[in-house]
Amino acid sequence: MTRRTVVIVDDHAMFRTGVRAELGGSVDVVAEAADVDEAVRAVLEHQPEVVLLDVHLPGGGGAEVMRRCGLAHGPATSGSPTRFLALSVSDAAEDVIGTIRAGARGYVTKTITGPELVAAIERVAGGDAVFSPRLAGFVLDAFAGTIEVAAVDEDLDRLTEREREVMRLIARGYSYKEVGAELFISIKTVETHMSSVLRKLQLSSRHELTRWASDRRLL
Amino acid sequence: MSQTPSPAAALAPRRAYRSGTDRWLGGVASGLAEHLGLPLLWVRLGFVALVAFGGFGVVLYGALWMFLPADRQLTPVSPGLDAATRQGKRGGRPQRRLTDFGPLVAVGAIAVGVLLFLTLATGRTLSYGPLLLAGAGVAVLWWQADEAQRARWRDPSGRMGPLRAIVGGGGWRAWLRIVAGLMLLIAAIVLFSLRSGSLTVALNVGLAAAFGIVGLGFMVGPWLLRLSYDLSEEREARVRSEERADVAAHLHDSVLQTLALIQRSADDPATVNRLARAQERDLRSWLFDADEEGPTTLAAALRAVAAEVEDAHPVHVEVVCVGDAPVTEEDRPLVLAAREAIGNAARHSGAGTVDVYAEATPTGVEIFVRDRGTGFDPTRVAEDRQGLRSSIIGRMERHGGSASVRSIPGEGTEVRLSLPNRTTTQETP
Repeated sequence: MTRRTVVIVDDHAMFRTGVRAELGGSVDVVAEAADVDEAVRAVLEHQPEVVLLDVHLPGGGGAEVMRRCGLAHGPATSGSPTRFLALSVSDAAEDVIGTIRAGARGYVTKTITGPELVAAIERVAGGDAVFSPRLAGFVLDAFAGTIEVAAVDEDLDRLTEREREVMRLIARGYSYKEVGAELFISIKTVETHMSSVLRKLQLSSRHELTRWASDRRLL
Repeated sequence: MSQTPSPAAALAPRRAYRSGTDRWLGGVASGLAEHLGLPLLWVRLGFVALVAFGGFGVVLYGALWMFLPADRQLTPVSPGLDAATRQGKRGGRPQRRLTDFGPLVAVGAIAVGVLLFLTLATGRTLSYGPLLLAGAGVAVLWWQADEAQRARWRDPSGRMGPLRAIVGGGGWRAWLRIVAGLMLLIAAIVLFSLRSGSLTVALNVGLAAAFGIVGLGFMVGPWLLRLSYDLSEEREARVRSEERADVAAHLHDSVLQTLALIQRSADDPATVNRLARAQERDLRSWLFDADEEGPTTLAAALRAVAAEVEDAHPVHVEVVCVGDAPVTEEDRPLVLAAREAIGNAARHSGAGTVDVYAEATPTGVEIFVRDRGTGFDPTRVAEDRQGLRSSIIGRMERHGGSASVRSIPGEGTEVRLSLPNRTTTQETP
């Protein structure tokens, strides 16, 4: 398998060095950047498959990087092959959900181990979403009170019962494989559910989520 | 507000504010609705209905607009997020344009109301011109005062010179407002005095008024000046020294001590790991938790339990909570059972991470404790093993809940605790 190309964006040089060392030979780190301007330049120049993006970044934060890269490329889904994986020491709800809404495919905290990080990069590069238990918890919180199976078809904005089950299992610490086994579905189906939750989170204008977001000044 | 007020909030007197977010005119109606706990629509309709009574609604609205302080819109943000925002590391959260035409409209409305009232009461038509002009002038000045007040709130340094106290951070706009307001006032005085017909009388009245204002300024001005300087300097110094003391104390107490301990036990990875984890947890809660008031909620109680286990065993306990509920005496067994389950996982499973997931819904609370350790066969647990049988399952059943254990040797264990909500009256949003 070819090694994934990765750009590391973080304003702490020590942390960048640490991540680079931990990733070791598993991925190809093509560039590093310490602020928003550098990051946008590096991403546009190297066109990496995955950007490890710090959430708190001088010059406007990680969301700004995604916005400007998105502007240069058109919609993230069509133009650029680059995908963003947020990596942050902050696990405040508003940062996590804000970053996902800005276009990141996943969110992991900086305490993640090397092998887990490599696996997450692989998953994001493959177009899937990466949800840590904590992120899954936040998602459930954000969509809270939207469990009415009967109304699912009319309202695309709410989580389906199945997606909620998947989210709950992820929040309970299950791996994708274990979620699949628990619900008698394939890993591929689990991944489909995750992607659809991610899409809903990014596009949703549903009342609960909007209120949740505006309470935290995300809108 | 449907949340149970914290003890501290319950003691403080409830004050009404003008809402800054949900408003048509000045946020009076929504502020009042929130204060009185009435639906917003009722309050708005009430004001409209009162207008029918000789414009009383308008006058009332205007008066409340003037006397109710504006909502500060200061949501408590954790120090870490706050600092990151100030340094531009979090992206600009949308700054609300602080245009508040409130006082302008309010004073105008009051003026109209008073004039109408006077006209109706006395049956004489007063000269509206000068009064309206004066009203407009006062309104513009008032508006500026409002803006200056907001500017002071937003000012991070807290420095407040007398000029700044009046002008705020508004630049030419602020000056324009002040000059326009004063001009309108002067014009009103001149116009009023001109009604007597003679220009000399008009001039005299105008001059007298002007001298009066200037004299008052001379008398009160220096005193105000000194007062505001003293206040702002004292406040600034106090805030700065308090902040520095807090940061220094915290760093000294926790980080330095931990670093010292880590150096002393550098050859023991397990201890170093445990110390680093405890320190990380501590700093993280200090930086990213907005004021949490003690372990009075389920999430806080579980985090405290997890911290205890992390301190005692070399494991990482990941706590994820969805929803939250106040911890009542009835919930104690649940927390204790969860603690036993987490402790078991840390002691016996051999896994490096324990995942704890709690979900609080109106119907009850569910907690899952999961590890990926050695696992065991639940049917073959010895009778004398008290931990699982009595501390977890027995305890939950005694208190009206339930507990189940699922374990596969080699794949890990999951304990599920659930406690239905018996106090249904609690949930009245």
